[in-house]
Amino acid sequence: MNPLTLCLLLSSALFAIGLTAALARTNTILVLLGIELMLNAANLNFIAFWRFGPSTASATGVMFVLFAIAIAAAEAAVGLALVIAVYRHQKNIRLSEATRLKG
Amino acid sequence: MIALAAIAAVMLASAALAFTRRNLIHSALLLVLTWSGVAAFYLWADAQFVAFAQLLVYVGAVSMVVLFAVLLTRRSLAESVDHPVTLRRGALALLAGAAVLITLAYAVLNTRLAPASAAAPSVTVKQIGQQLMGEHAASLLIVGVVLTVALIGAAVIAVTDETEDPS
Repeated sequence: MNPLTLCLLLSSALFAIGLTAALARTNTILVLLGIELMLNAANLNFIAFWRFGPSTASATGVMFVLFAIAIAAAEAAVGLALVIAVYRHQKNIRLSEATRLKG
Repeated sequence: MIALAAIAAVMLASAALAFTRRNLIHSALLLVLTWSGVAAFYLWADAQFVAFAQLLVYVGAVSMVVLFAVLLTRRSLAESVDHPVTLRRGALALLAGAAVLITLAYAVLNTRLAPASAAAPSVTVKQIGQQLMGEHAASLLIVGVVLTVALIGAAVIAVTDETEDPS
């Protein structure tokens, strides 16, 4: 089988695990980690296409993944700060109980 | 191919295990293994620089921030153990995940991809640096500004307001 196909299947599986986790767990930190896993799955695709794609002249895939990692790091920092802010207000981090803004 | 199979097995098994643990610290530590697996995949795909960036950012930094968040948001040792997932919620999530996986796998398997190039694209760190400072200089500056703003914002959100409750 084409190695690119295998890489795409691998990243699809990783994405599905992240999505399932983000939907199933009610703990805010675990939901955030599920989203991080989905971002990682997308990065795998960039590298797979860069490595096994038809045109390999430039380092576009590498650049894209580097910027994506930087943005993911910023996202993780802001997300975990929000988790701490939510904890300060409701003394736990269960998403199902964060309903203060509900109309 | 055997290396890819081993990397995939470690990555998927640790990710699946991480999200079925009830102890948050176990989850975070298992995810470190997943992120290391992703870094190993980058090494396997000849993207060494990205592999080291992945190790530094995820295995080094994000995992530490996650562990700090876990430790800061509990009042006792028992509280880092999460409530069990309700059956209905878990079943619906599994259904959604399986649907997405089947759709993606179906699309991937039915796409005619160009044959893989035999030789690995050779990108040296020097070339990456020159591209970052050359054609991607504007993006690099913008990412720097975004990171600064995000980290200052995170500190502002998480900081404790001393004057908030005088009671």
